[in-house]
Amino acid sequence: MLKDITLGQFFPGNSFIHRLDPRTKLVMLVVYIVALFVATSWISYAVMLIFLVGCILISKIPGKSIVRGMKPMVIILIFTAVLNIFMTAGETVWLHFWIITITKEGVIRAFFMVIRILMLVTGTFLLTYTTSPIALTDGLESLLSPLKKIKLPVHELSMMMCIALRFIPTLIEETDKIMSAQKARGADFETGSLIDRVKALVPILIPLFVSAFRRADELATAMECRCYHGGEGRTKMKLLRYTRWDFEAYAAGVILLCGIIILAHFGL
Amino acid sequence: MAPILEIKNLTHTYSAGTPFEHKALDSVSFSVERGEFIGIIGHTGSGKSTLMQHMNGLLKPTSGNVILDGVDIWQDKKTTRQARFRVGLVFQYPEYQLFEETVYKDIAFGPKNMGLKPDEVDRRVREAASFVNLTEAQLKVSPFDLSGGQKRRVAIAGVIAMEPEILILDEPTAGLDPVSREEILENIQSYRRAKNATIMMVSHSMNDVARLTERLLVMNGSRLAMDGTPDEVFTRAQELLDMGLDIPEVTRVFLRLRELGLPVDPVYSIDQAVAVLKKLKEGTAHA
Amino acid sequence: MATAISVEHLNYAYPGVDNTPGVAVFADLNLTVEEGSFVAILGSNGCGKSTLAKHFNSILLPSGGKVYVCGMDTANDDLLIKIRRNVGMVFQNPDNQIVANVVEEDVAFGPENLGIASPEIRKRVDNALKQVGMYEFRAHAPHLLSGGQKQRIAIAGIIAMEPKCIVLDEPTAMLDPKGRREVMDTVLKLNREKGITVVLITHHMDEAAQAQRVVVLHKGDVAADGTPKEVFSQVELLHRIGLAAPETVELCYELRQNGLHLPLDRLDIEECAQALYAEVKA
Repeated sequence: MLKDITLGQFFPGNSFIHRLDPRTKLVMLVVYIVALFVATSWISYAVMLIFLVGCILISKIPGKSIVRGMKPMVIILIFTAVLNIFMTAGETVWLHFWIITITKEGVIRAFFMVIRILMLVTGTFLLTYTTSPIALTDGLESLLSPLKKIKLPVHELSMMMCIALRFIPTLIEETDKIMSAQKARGADFETGSLIDRVKALVPILIPLFVSAFRRADELATAMECRCYHGGEGRTKMKLLRYTRWDFEAYAAGVILLCGIIILAHFGL
Repeated sequence: MAPILEIKNLTHTYSAGTPFEHKALDSVSFSVERGEFIGIIGHTGSGKSTLMQHMNGLLKPTSGNVILDGVDIWQDKKTTRQARFRVGLVFQYPEYQLFEETVYKDIAFGPKNMGLKPDEVDRRVREAASFVNLTEAQLKVSPFDLSGGQKRRVAIAGVIAMEPEILILDEPTAGLDPVSREEILENIQSYRRAKNATIMMVSHSMNDVARLTERLLVMNGSRLAMDGTPDEVFTRAQELLDMGLDIPEVTRVFLRLRELGLPVDPVYSIDQAVAVLKKLKEGTAHA
Repeated sequence: MATAISVEHLNYAYPGVDNTPGVAVFADLNLTVEEGSFVAILGSNGCGKSTLAKHFNSILLPSGGKVYVCGMDTANDDLLIKIRRNVGMVFQNPDNQIVANVVEEDVAFGPENLGIASPEIRKRVDNALKQVGMYEFRAHAPHLLSGGQKQRIAIAGIIAMEPKCIVLDEPTAMLDPKGRREVMDTVLKLNREKGITVVLITHHMDEAAQAQRVVVLHKGDVAADGTPKEVFSQVELLHRIGLAAPETVELCYELRQNGLHLPLDRLDIEECAQALYAEVKA
């Protein structure tokens, strides 16, 4: 059911990775992704994999949760693999049948692409699983704050993200409720042609939108009542502060990236 | 006469097999006669809502049966769908499900889904509207332009228009002012009288259920804790309080009077209380 | 005693849409609320209760007349933030006033807007959560809490701004009996122990009976004003404007109609039982 969706789920904890500053984790994720795209050889991938597994172990996030989170990715992974296998031209032909040619290079390339996507998603999960959404938006706001100078509404964007995250569970619950209520009036979402099914969504979407607008209106009033007047002059309860650990993490990141670049330079 | 609805050993477990496994209903059994007005009480999380959603087949029992007019509603797909229409379910804050451009169209949504002919749909919409005191002019306006109490009545009419033999309402008066509350309770009564319908009403207002219903089901910790007339249930006032439920103030006053030594049985409505005390006063006056 | 809120000759009409005439709510309303008092405002739907509440912190501005809170004119734009931090508002739907997805972050929202320094916010948030009895839930996600708990979080979010006055607009309308009790106990405690002025708008007579003063609004005007005992004993007036007295009073009223001699100001169970006992024994 809808309730099973685990969007940006956060596993509270107290590990080294949990306690890192969200900015550190965001920057590290970017560094990690760059390294992933620089890496080309078996050795560099092995290094990346060891680094990733190390991080997962330190974070104490159960491997099962990461595997479960991968489920929606399966289709994309298969699509990528198939595309790479068939579309890559190569010299060593393993199989030739009608217009389909499978080469050694294609298989290897597909394998790397799948591994790359898997590692990229896992890295992102590691960030969202160990960082509360609030810390994440705070970190993002802080990292992007230089962009305020070019009139980018950084505070507003992070506020919007924060509110969206807050209301996702509420709106999912509401959708469930409206669906049940319309089913009780005989609405049928499961049978009929595609057009029928799309039409059947109207009795859900309209009440959902009406309710979302009403909520937004009431929330805006409530926020005004609590003296909200934009980002100007606003302080934060939890200040972001770098600790020794963050510098250690940054150092690890820099070493990883340099290592991968050097390996790539030697064609490894 | 055979009961219209039988609930046999109904058990429902949410998220079975996961760490969030939760037994919301635990071997609940009772049967309902045609034309009864039943109140369902119990604190939040006692299983009331889960129970309600089983009666018209929105939820499937983990084990046990829901038998409507002698037939298990899960027997086949057609029977399950029929149960949706024969057992009308009005959810909490039903006004949030309104979606059509006009009140008329919104009330017609249920009857249309039943596959009725246009003139039958029209008859039902008008009749349902009259049960909830909506005027001809109000049928043409957008439901979103009505007041809170009116919207609520439109939503109830939307279920009544399916002419369910059993009408189940989850806190139909929640969040309304006393005048609107009274009006809605009156509407429900008039539907019941006209169609000899069975009514089941979930409510936190002990005064309302005590006043209106003939029988009370008390849910506690996923089980059916009590099943009896309001007389029988409110006699066990202390147990109700222990379950974290309210009891009518009049009942509390009478419990205290009994402690003070007056020979009174617990009552739950003002009319009853007046009758008892008047008689008692006359008794002492004559003595 | 000082005045917390003073409404002088308030005139207000909702602006009309598309050239239709507006809907008049108040013509000439006068009302004062003393500092540190607990006032309940009763009235049937459409009597102007919520509209009045929105005047108390500049969400709505008078079309005519004045509203002063803690001596400040609500129409003065420069005082807006000062007014709102002194008069906190709690609304009906607890879901639609919680901003953040961690309890303590939500409570911190108000003080953060006021630009208070971080350690002070921490102190206020912890204090506020302790006062509403939700401290151990500080790291929880609000959507997993019960209605009564969410509403207490909303109250904590207000008291973290350290207001002089809290206005609650039907805070218990969407709650079950347990949640209602939790919220009422919290509000009563804040009024008694912290001396915070409380204005409670409600449909529930038993809640109003716990206030020091009850104001009944009808068609934009004050229909009754006094202690709960004074107001609720006017049973016929209440019936006329679509309200009911608490059940104990209704019982005594019905018995009086039947020739028994009973007072109409017995608001709690014990008082009512004693009066009935005395009358039956007499």
